[in-house]
Amino acid sequence: MDLLRFATVGSVDDGKSTLIGRLLYDSKQIFHDQLEAVRRTSIARGDDYVNLALLTDGLRAEREQGITIDVAYRHFSTPKRRFIIADTPGHVQHTRNMVTGCSTADLVLLLVDARVGATEQTRRHATIASLLGIHHIVVCVNKMDLVEYSKERFDAVRDEFTGFAERLAVHDLTCIPISALGGDNVVERSPKMPWYGGPCLLDYLENVHIGSDRNLIDLRFPVQLVIRPIGSEYRDFRGYAGVVASGVLAVGAEVVVLPSGFSSRITNIDGPDGPLEEAFPPQSVVVRIQDDLDISRGDMLCRPHNRPYVGQDLSAMVCWMSEVPLKTGSRLAIKHTSRWARALVRSLEYRLDVNSLHRDVAADELRLNDIGRIDLRTTAPLFYDEYRDDSATGSFILVDEQTNATLAAGMLRKPTS
Amino acid sequence: MTYRLSHLDALASEAIHIIREVVAEFERPALLFSGGKDSAVLLHLAVKACWPQRVPFAVVHVDTGQNFPELIEYRDAQAAKLKVRLVVGSVQEDIDRGSIVEQPVPGATRNRLQTYTLLRVLEENRYDAVLGGGRRDEEKARAKERVFSLRDEFGQWDPRAQRPELWNLYNTRHHPGEHFRVFPLSNWTELDIWQYVEEQGLELPPIYFAHKRTVFRRGGMLLALGPWTSPREGVREEEPFEAVVRYRTVGDMTCTAAVESEAATPAEIIVETALTRVSERGATRADDRISDAAMEDRKREGYF
Repeated sequence: MDLLRFATVGSVDDGKSTLIGRLLYDSKQIFHDQLEAVRRTSIARGDDYVNLALLTDGLRAEREQGITIDVAYRHFSTPKRRFIIADTPGHVQHTRNMVTGCSTADLVLLLVDARVGATEQTRRHATIASLLGIHHIVVCVNKMDLVEYSKERFDAVRDEFTGFAERLAVHDLTCIPISALGGDNVVERSPKMPWYGGPCLLDYLENVHIGSDRNLIDLRFPVQLVIRPIGSEYRDFRGYAGVVASGVLAVGAEVVVLPSGFSSRITNIDGPDGPLEEAFPPQSVVVRIQDDLDISRGDMLCRPHNRPYVGQDLSAMVCWMSEVPLKTGSRLAIKHTSRWARALVRSLEYRLDVNSLHRDVAADELRLNDIGRIDLRTTAPLFYDEYRDDSATGSFILVDEQTNATLAAGMLRKPTS
Repeated sequence: MTYRLSHLDALASEAIHIIREVVAEFERPALLFSGGKDSAVLLHLAVKACWPQRVPFAVVHVDTGQNFPELIEYRDAQAAKLKVRLVVGSVQEDIDRGSIVEQPVPGATRNRLQTYTLLRVLEENRYDAVLGGGRRDEEKARAKERVFSLRDEFGQWDPRAQRPELWNLYNTRHHPGEHFRVFPLSNWTELDIWQYVEEQGLELPPIYFAHKRTVFRRGGMLLALGPWTSPREGVREEEPFEAVVRYRTVGDMTCTAAVESEAATPAEIIVETALTRVSERGATRADDRISDAAMEDRKREGYF
């Protein structure tokens, strides 16, 4: 059985938490005691139905305000797949938590209210999902019960959104008409929409092919930890632990170590359960090589004829996540793979208008939840790839050196020169 | 070769990555080890993450003094077998010293008192990262918590000001006095734990498997007859009887209930877990029954 991670996104009140409640409830993943607690709370609040959103809104403040503030992770499995759901907040001021939930997702469910169609927030979320390189976007046109299950309304919402999405990098876009409240087209095909010929949502989630989303070509192995046991049993043991970021590691293969540039051969690979001949993403392994080289955390193994970019001048798209705006000239901490460095913001190239996808080159700062392109200079060279080729070596975070707050999610681009 | 990982292998690799990140980026890590199944899986993964080195940090247990003896036995045996240093924080000693006061009600649980002892042990040892076996599927406040969860100087969690957590790039920076709680099993479910226990042939305390025990019913839960829990006199419902039971979660004897079950092996427990319609904590934990936000409130104060 494999694992599919997906995030639910969309405007506030478009029914994300209700949809998840419905998926869990109809696939019989809700426990009696949890449902009973929700039923009691629903009655106490005066809801006239069992409010399934209460299953995921776990914080007191969320239940009080009836909105989702932070990501909730939920789990369910069917005989075909094990699912991890990140239920993300729809409110614009909580967009950073939406980015948190999406950064580890294979797929997003984008909810749209059938009565309203795509809003600015829908477009912001679609833009972020495409920037994060999420290959599959499923637009759930929700609340079909409130538009009399109208095919015309569904087509209009779909066509309008597809027009917008054509300008984004989305590989696979699917639209499904649903009613999360009534359960139509969620776990079973709905008889109320006979004009819809596609799969119901759960069917789609169980069968969507995600195997090709990984990069198995470009070997990148950032060294996370050097393992040198003390004691006579493993006297000469020197292992390099880490996660295979991309490509395939194989015993006997020639590798180059960055930044030193020395090459060697892989002699052993040990996975969590013992020796392996090959390792691939996202396996955690310990690698040993033939030669005694000076290698430390933050170094990278790759193949001699397939190397990442190496540089200190970086160009990147960032989602800004702090109340304190990004300004040219700021000095920040940066974490990239297993390496920390310092970075100087050299310039802000533009701020992206999420509604029109217009690039505002006159912008002189990025505010909370803004997206823009920046140039950075780092104190040490990074070994990186373009984010769209390799999300593990193309991503970074920026951190405030005084407050230690996480300020931005960054996605690297090709070097400009 | 298909280059696909099973869901268990993917979850194990993720957990190992998180544990290694803690070893690499913190000066004084520790691992919370109660002897329960989640912390047993966590310790097992820590051994794998550090292999062939010994686990380079201490394991910490907060002992309420009202634990199942089988658990304490298992805890000590595992620590000895894996050659890890065991640090025990004793709630009883804190009570004797007068640092905390037990509620003067018969049958009162020491669950909440643990927080004081835990924070004292963390402070005395200046731990800057504490690995724990918490899972997001256990409870709805836990479902909201980050993998690397920052605690202030008072050990408190602020659920409204969590740092964004992106990809697997964990921001481990913190000020002196603050520490992190780190949850490598965040994405595991109860079923994953049992499947992994079976796959790895992991040893667990015997109380997890079906056994005969004298129990009594209280508030719909089956409590063990023991030194700290006994039926109230004259309450008909609480008449003790012998039953075949097992434990799904293991906390104090005072607040952990058994479930009637004949499942004696991990494989049989997997079948039961896949079919059960009652959540793990709902079935067995009196401490979560106080209110809808019982866990959130305890976590804010510094509970695990």
